[in-house]
Formats: sequence, C-alpha cells, structure tokens
Amino acid sequence: MTLADIAKKLNLRVLCCTDRLDRVVSGGYVGDLLSDVIANSRAGDIWITRQSHRNIVAVASLKEHAAVILALGKEPDDETLEKATDEGVPLIVTNLSGFEVAGRIYELLTRS
Amino acid sequence: MPALKKYRCDLHIHTCLSPCADLDMYPRALVAGSIKAGLDVIGICDHNAAENAGYVMSAADGKGLTVLPGMEITSREEVHILSLFENVEPLYTLQKIVYEALPGVNDENVFGCQAIVNEHDEVEGVSEKLLIGSTTLSLETIVETVHDLGGIVIAAHVDRESFGIIGQLGFIPDTLSLDALEVSYRTNPAEFMKKFPELSRYPFITSSDAHRIEDIGRACTVLEIRQPTIEECLKAFGGSAGRRIVEP
Repeated sequence: MTLADIAKKLNLRVLCCTDRLDRVVSGGYVGDLLSDVIANSRAGDIWITRQSHRNIVAVASLKEHAAVILALGKEPDDETLEKATDEGVPLIVTNLSGFEVAGRIYELLTRS
Repeated sequence: MPALKKYRCDLHIHTCLSPCADLDMYPRALVAGSIKAGLDVIGICDHNAAENAGYVMSAADGKGLTVLPGMEITSREEVHILSLFENVEPLYTLQKIVYEALPGVNDENVFGCQAIVNEHDEVEGVSEKLLIGSTTLSLETIVETVHDLGGIVIAAHVDRESFGIIGQLGFIPDTLSLDALEVSYRTNPAEFMKKFPELSRYPFITSSDAHRIEDIGRACTVLEIRQPTIEECLKAFGGSAGRRIVEP
C-alpha cells in the first residue's frame, strides 16, 4: 500500500513532499521518545508521533521511514517543515489521535 | 583578584516547591544539608518555578555556601533544561515567561505539594501552577531566553531516557548552544561517552538532582575557579584562563 492510498483513505493532510506519495508503506511505528524510535522502528515504516521538533526529520531520514504522521492536529515547527521539505521526508497531519490513526493504518495494511 | 581554588558544586537541587520533592527540603534544612555534604556551591533548580530560590540564598547568607538561583525548565519536547543565574532578578523575569507558557493547575493530592517556604521555615504560600507539566516553549527558545538573561544553560541528566535530551530527541541538535551537559549520579561522563563519543565536545558536570535531604551531594562537580560566579563557571566549562572542571 502506498502513502497516497493511506492519505486518501484516512483523509490525511500532506504538508510537504507530495511528489513522494508513491512510496510503499511496509509497516508502522508509534513513539515520541526519539531514542526509542531510532532503536526500534524499521525502514518503510510510517511513523506516528506527537513530537514536532526538527530532529524528527533526521530520525525519519536516518531510518528511511515512508513518512511521519503528526497526530492530534499537531503542526510542525517552521524549521521542521523546512527541513522535511529539503530532505524529502513527507510530513502528514491528522486530527485523529495516535491510537486511532495507528489502528486505522494497521487495518489497511493487514487487509491489503 | 582571589586565587584559583577548588569548589565542590552540586548545581541541581530541588526544594519543597517541586511537587516531587520532600517537604523537608525547605530552605534552611536544604542549606544545612548542603553544608553537611561538604559543598561550597549549590544550584537551586525547581521544576518550572523559582519562588524558593531567593529564600535559599537568604538562608545561606553568612554560612560560607554560595547559592546560584536557577530553574529546571521542561521544554515542549519534554526535555529538562537547567538554567542558573548569579542573582534572582533575571530568574524572576524567566519565571514570568515560563509561567505564561505553563498550562494547568496542580492537584496536590495527585502530584504533591508545591510549598513556598522562607528562610525562617515559614510557609509563604503554594504555587498553583502545574509545575510537573511541560511548558509550550521550544528547546531553542529556552536556550536563547536564558542566555539573553545572562544565565547558563545545561541539559539535565542526559543519560536518563525520561526527560533527558537524548532520550526525547535521539541526539543533540548541533545548533543548540548548550553550555554543558549534566549526567546523573547513576553514571559518569567517561562511562556515558563510551556510548555517545560524539558528545565529547561538550563540557560535562554531574549533580545530585536531590529531591530529599539525604541525596544532596550524592554527585557533585569540582570546579577550579577564582570565585563562585556564573562567569567563572563558564570559564571552567571552557577550560579557559586556568579555570577547569577537576571532577568528574
């Protein structure tokens, strides 16, 4: 399943890198402790977080995540968005909670 | 100018204003505990609050113990940052900024009492703010604000996953102008740097993060400086003009 499919089905708001929505999402990870995300997430994951510091871009880039979802309508800091655009990391915002968006994506991925 | 001398410094101590600290940590008891622990300099860093710092300074007056008033601020990334000043005026300015950015009201049955106690052991009041919470201030804003006010900025207990900068953010952004990093009493800089060799560019201190009298001085930093001031501490962190961090 691609980022575009997920974004469309869950009505997510993509903030940058709309040219990269053909990326395939292979799994997901939820976490706000970036040390934990570095240690335990995998390449191809869609990462759901409430953290909006610009270090999330570096972590997503390092771990080759498909995208970062900011839950509960969390808007990224300006410099986070700028860095994500520069580094080609799609940033996505949803008004859903982390629990809900993770559940919905899990459902989509396991059904597909 | 005074000669270089070694000062034993515990720059991260809470008072009974912090909801998670013992009520026994009132200014006079805290000063007595610090002297008993053989300290020359202490830093008062309550969570997001400063109301007791001045009272600790008064309680230490004439006792040969220097008190640097400060605050342990929680950034919106949930990172704990220590700030230290030479006197309370800039700290009170910081307090205003922090309180405006700190939502919520404390429930002392859940989080603990936040007592403001003077140097005569009299309760002056309580802070109603949710001091255990996070401010809406970014890490970058906090560092800049404290520096503008003439204070020093130290990332607290960087070895701890919860509320430590590396646990929260994975690594330290290289654009952040931290004056030093603090490791907790659980480890030491040499041990810590085995895991994070890239952080050797920072000066390291260690402190007790005491929330109870008996924990005061369980870890401390020895600085060789001319006098216990913010400027001299910064020189020691930078290793300039003969000032240095002797331990850890």
